[in-house]
Amino acid sequence: MRFKDVFSIIGPAMVGPSSSHTAGAARIGRAARQLLGEMPRKAEIIFFGSFAATYQGHGTDRAIAGGLLDFATDDLRLPDSIEIAESSGMEISFRQGTGLFPHPNTVRLRLTGNAGELELTGISIGGGNIEIVDINGFSVKLSGMYPAVLIHHMDYLGVLASVTDTMRRGQVNIGHMSLDRKNRSGAALTVLELDEVLPRELLRELEELPAVKSVKLIHLDESPKEENGEGRSL
Amino acid sequence: MNFQTLSQLAVLAEQRALSIGALMVEEQSAESGRSKEHEFAKMKEYYGVMKEAVRRGMQEDTTSRSGLTGLDAQRVGAYNDANESCLGGPAGQAMAYALAVSEVNASMGRIIATPTAGSCGIIPGVFLSGQERFGWDDDYMTYGLFAAGAIGYVIANNSFVSGAEGGCQAEVGSAIGMAAGALTELRGGTPAQAVHAVGLALKNTLGLICDPVGGLVEIPCIVRNGFGAVTALAAADMALAGVRSVIPSDEVIRVMLEVGSAMPAQHRETAGGGLAQTPTGRKIMEDLRRRK
Repeated sequence: MRFKDVFSIIGPAMVGPSSSHTAGAARIGRAARQLLGEMPRKAEIIFFGSFAATYQGHGTDRAIAGGLLDFATDDLRLPDSIEIAESSGMEISFRQGTGLFPHPNTVRLRLTGNAGELELTGISIGGGNIEIVDINGFSVKLSGMYPAVLIHHMDYLGVLASVTDTMRRGQVNIGHMSLDRKNRSGAALTVLELDEVLPRELLRELEELPAVKSVKLIHLDESPKEENGEGRSL
Repeated sequence: MNFQTLSQLAVLAEQRALSIGALMVEEQSAESGRSKEHEFAKMKEYYGVMKEAVRRGMQEDTTSRSGLTGLDAQRVGAYNDANESCLGGPAGQAMAYALAVSEVNASMGRIIATPTAGSCGIIPGVFLSGQERFGWDDDYMTYGLFAAGAIGYVIANNSFVSGAEGGCQAEVGSAIGMAAGALTELRGGTPAQAVHAVGLALKNTLGLICDPVGGLVEIPCIVRNGFGAVTALAAADMALAGVRSVIPSDEVIRVMLEVGSAMPAQHRETAGGGLAQTPTGRKIMEDLRRRK
């Protein structure tokens, strides 16, 4: 189901004016921020479709900037986020993209941080709900509705089994899982959506698995401090 | 969720002898793994945000950044107070409140997307005016929001709720259907009657395009929220009176999908057609561009 629960219909609590073009965009920006693990120094934002046609009027640019600052959808600083980003030392640019795109509301983010780079494509499917569809060239399907774990690993036999075994031992249920690889035995990305926030010790166990290169967490809950302060070790 | 269609929703509620709202509290708790109390409290908090948005829209300056809209809710409110309105008191109030929340949204204030920000005025307009009129408490209204959410969940998963995908019918149309079904239940209607109200309401907005002037959620979105609240009252009254949606509501939802999928891109939130491309719409867009 594209829409998972009652709060994907009644909600989110948000700053206007558009749930798809403002709140959804803020959530895509925030997911990217959490994946990068830091505030980007440089952010190149490319809009497609309806996003490209109307991003200024809808504050989509401000929403993306707010997300990159880790603001929630109802953060009253969102209208001023571009100024806040720039004064925090983020170099942020916006433009319209060309070529094919997967949905009328598509945005691609190219981020550079102190520790690394990230290219992410997200779509905003309505009512503030989103899907992340591409991360660094890997196809993914990530709703942001649940706490998610992203595991960069090598495509070796048994990696998935050891990941799921770790989750079983930690008693964390997997609601959705996908894997994409660049080539046979090459770089791969596995994405898990979980029914609860990943405990810190499980994160460490995943990081120590053979063939695992890095593990990242995303949790877009509206009030992250209260619910996942422990789980998010970014 | 243990239902995918409105007819399954009505049957399930009747089998379990629950209102749609109370059923949805249980279904939501099962889906999220959090307690019913936790989920109920979150929804009640959202109702508080809606109330505050109505208050702000009726009392504070809601002039949008573009300067195109704002303060219409207060105009309607003042007119309602001073005159015998055509609609009559309660419907006029629902309309004013719906405009109020939509204007708060357009001025980048805090609202609850129901199901979207473009349609965020309709449910608060219907709910708050109903609460004042019938003396319902906030807990009762919160169950009503769960009922609206259950209906919206079915619409969203079988069709769409974004203007970019399916036009305004998907946003304002869905919100009217959700408000109409929930209000029918709040007024004592059966789950089956609530489902009829949804179908009756949705049929009235089929084909409505999303053509925001300048791409802003202002013209015509705000007034469509005002009209939407009134339509929801009408659909609830018809259903409570025993009017049925002869084409079952689930089939009407499929029609919305069919019509929205056939809608050209210029009528799906791109500002490339409709009101946005009228001579005046184009002039407004030009003025906005020049101001930047």
